[in-house]
Amino acid sequence: MSFIKLLKLVHNYVTIDEDGEVEEVNRAVDGVDAEINEGEFVAILGHNGSGKSTLAKHLNGLLFPDEGTVWIGGYDTKEEENLLKIRQTTGMVFQNPDNQIIGSIVEEDVAFGLENIGVETEKIWKRVAESLEAVGMTAYREQSPNRLSGGQKQRVAIAGVMAMRPKCIILDESTAMLDPVGRKEVIQTISQLNKEEGITVILITHYMEEAVCADRVFVMHEGHLVMEGNPREIFSQVETLKSYHLDVPQVTELAYELNKEGIMLPSDILTVDEMVDILCQLD
Amino acid sequence: MSIRLEHISLDYQDGGRTIHALKDINLEISDNQFIGLIGHTGSGKSSLIQHLNGLLHATSGAIYYNGENIYAEGYNMRQLRNKVGLVFQYPEHQLFEVDVFSDVCFGPKNQGLSREEVEARAKEAIELAGLDESYYRKSPFELSGGQKRRVAIAGVLAMKPEILVLDEPTAGLDPQGRDEILGQISKLKKERNMTIVLVSHSMEDVARYVDRLIVMNKGEAVFDGTPREVFRHYKELEKIGLAAPQVTYLMHELKRKGLDVNTDVITVEEAREELARVLKKSVVETEENTVQKSGDTTEENQSVFNQREQEDSSEC
Amino acid sequence: MLRKITIGQYYSIESFIHKLDPRVKLFATLMYVISLFVVNNWAGYLLGALALAVYIRASKVPLSFIMRGLKPIIFLLCFSVLFNLFLTDGGKVLISFWIIKITTEGVKSAFFMGIRLIMLIIGSSIMTYTTTPNQLTDAMEKSLGFLNKVKVPVHELAMMMSIALRFIPILVEETDKIMKAQLARGANFEEGNLIQRAKAMVPILVPLFISAFRRATDLALAMEARCYHGGDGRTKMKPLKYKRCDYMMYAAFAIYFASMLGSRFLPL
Repeated sequence: MSFIKLLKLVHNYVTIDEDGEVEEVNRAVDGVDAEINEGEFVAILGHNGSGKSTLAKHLNGLLFPDEGTVWIGGYDTKEEENLLKIRQTTGMVFQNPDNQIIGSIVEEDVAFGLENIGVETEKIWKRVAESLEAVGMTAYREQSPNRLSGGQKQRVAIAGVMAMRPKCIILDESTAMLDPVGRKEVIQTISQLNKEEGITVILITHYMEEAVCADRVFVMHEGHLVMEGNPREIFSQVETLKSYHLDVPQVTELAYELNKEGIMLPSDILTVDEMVDILCQLD
Repeated sequence: MSIRLEHISLDYQDGGRTIHALKDINLEISDNQFIGLIGHTGSGKSSLIQHLNGLLHATSGAIYYNGENIYAEGYNMRQLRNKVGLVFQYPEHQLFEVDVFSDVCFGPKNQGLSREEVEARAKEAIELAGLDESYYRKSPFELSGGQKRRVAIAGVLAMKPEILVLDEPTAGLDPQGRDEILGQISKLKKERNMTIVLVSHSMEDVARYVDRLIVMNKGEAVFDGTPREVFRHYKELEKIGLAAPQVTYLMHELKRKGLDVNTDVITVEEAREELARVLKKSVVETEENTVQKSGDTTEENQSVFNQREQEDSSEC
Repeated sequence: MLRKITIGQYYSIESFIHKLDPRVKLFATLMYVISLFVVNNWAGYLLGALALAVYIRASKVPLSFIMRGLKPIIFLLCFSVLFNLFLTDGGKVLISFWIIKITTEGVKSAFFMGIRLIMLIIGSSIMTYTTTPNQLTDAMEKSLGFLNKVKVPVHELAMMMSIALRFIPILVEETDKIMKAQLARGANFEEGNLIQRAKAMVPILVPLFISAFRRATDLALAMEARCYHGGDGRTKMKPLKYKRCDYMMYAAFAIYFASMLGSRFLPL
């Protein structure tokens, strides 16, 4: 079985009125089948309310399937005794950097998860040092998190997850509240963890250029997994993406527009360099 | 309407150190401009815009609104705040009323207007923000992120400001939400002749919408010109942690590789026109040399096309 | 505006007192406060002041910083001194007009009250200057651990306290932001009578509460995602362990407290 497997996953948000009667059932995730392998970098795209964050919360046992099954590293998330195991295997970084830091000192925050799972004191120190090093935040270890920039706070949150020695990190729109510099910091950090430490990365984002880095891209729409493929396959389908209220990198769009003008270019151009190479050949 | 900032500096104390948040800013904002304000976090953008309606008081320098010094004794600061509408970052976090309509009424009510006038303004503002009557009695807290933000913007519009300042109005929204908000703002400018100051992190957005771009770095205004002029300095922009739109890089790279293209391109639309021109010429080979030479800046075409462009270039 | 308050703030510097186990400091502060209410004569106050001087010196917190911390409570201080001055009977009458009467006992009692309050506040603020909030909650959790047996959720209370401390600066900043945003919408917090002013707070308080709840929900989720499941089986990165200097400090305090008790019997 692959590392993460979703089988016909359904999640409903139920609104209950004052009399305790069911008022509305909102099917946020509707019959999603997917598999993710260890070491993969998967980006999940979709507009607000497409169900992507709900999906993510199923991947570390913060939500449980209403129908279908989720297996993480072979463990079924519905079984209570697997819960701590699953949450250690797949760590999660959330959107608002301020609302996920618990410690008042950087190193104490990184240690939080380790304290929860009962790691011995000496090992905590060792792992905290290692994971702060891995995200490049060692210099800030004794500072208050309140003094850090958004990007730095998110790197501390990543270190907190890394200290648990997970196999997978889920970033639930963790770049949405950051400025371009902060976004760059976070993406570089996770790309590096993915390449060098073989950590599986699941990146949920609104920014298309971040998805370009991924091995595979999932597109969610109205609770369904509507597109799946490598970034090239996905972004070459400009019209389809637009119909899901998403956009594409500028150069990809440019190639698409030029094709309409009768200048034949491959539709799967993703970066400036690729575009330059192809145009120079044309000339 | 005009706002003139003369030698504005702002210092404050932080743990014994003096921080120079703004250093000798000189600006004039006049009627019917669409101004973009960019700079990385901590560059002084937010401090600067809070001076425009007197929420922050400069350590030195003077600000003139329609020729009147706002720091003069007895100047009506509340009147100024009615004229200069300021929409903060994540403005939906300031909503507090039971329904959308009452929340939008808050501003005009504070202006001491009659009930009819307050309601008329609220109705108009909600419409201007792109929402319809069905939202009036909804609780602001049951709306989506993008809708909440429109309500918050309507709350400021209801005060009928002459100038609207928005601090990153698209932060945290999805691509469609970003397009809608920016579209609405640019409509305000076109249809109401409102002066807009847009603080943004997105070079693509400012390239597409604004007609004047001010770049802040370390409390100073380092560039002030049309987006086209400013993005010519893309190398200097990089040094201060900013960048030009992806297509601008593409054109510079093509030029470097020997393709005879105009590098003064800042939107996808312009890039398409320019490349179509250059490539068709080189493919067909029949056109004569009378074709416009590159380097000639054709009419600015900040036009409408449905798709949003990219932030910065790929990082991996 | 709210950021200018320095009392209770941690003062980061390396010193003997900073290095002490927070439980020692907690205990010492408590004993010091009690000792100030035990004394009844000059010798006792002198001893208390001397001990405080040594304590301040050892903590390396600058006196000017400590004095600045006293500013916000000057009013309270003056109030209680005057209260004692005018309302204590006994001894010789010094000044008397209308219904006001100042007696020698009054002067004495007001003087002692002033000294006592100042020493009390400085003594306890040294604890917060030299101990991080987290150390303090750790100390409370550990020292009050016995309450667990009577079903008091000590760990949870300590966790709540440390989270509250972490979020105070964030919420202060948020309040500032919301206030500015409502000012920009023409709100007026400065004019009007008490009721109008209280009403003017609604546009600040509602968003603030909503934001606090949103943060709480987010934080709970983040804690759960990081395997938080209460205090059971939890380890510590920085467990509290007594060192030699801590025992020495306990001994020194025992001697101090005994002398304070003894001072009552001195004929001064």
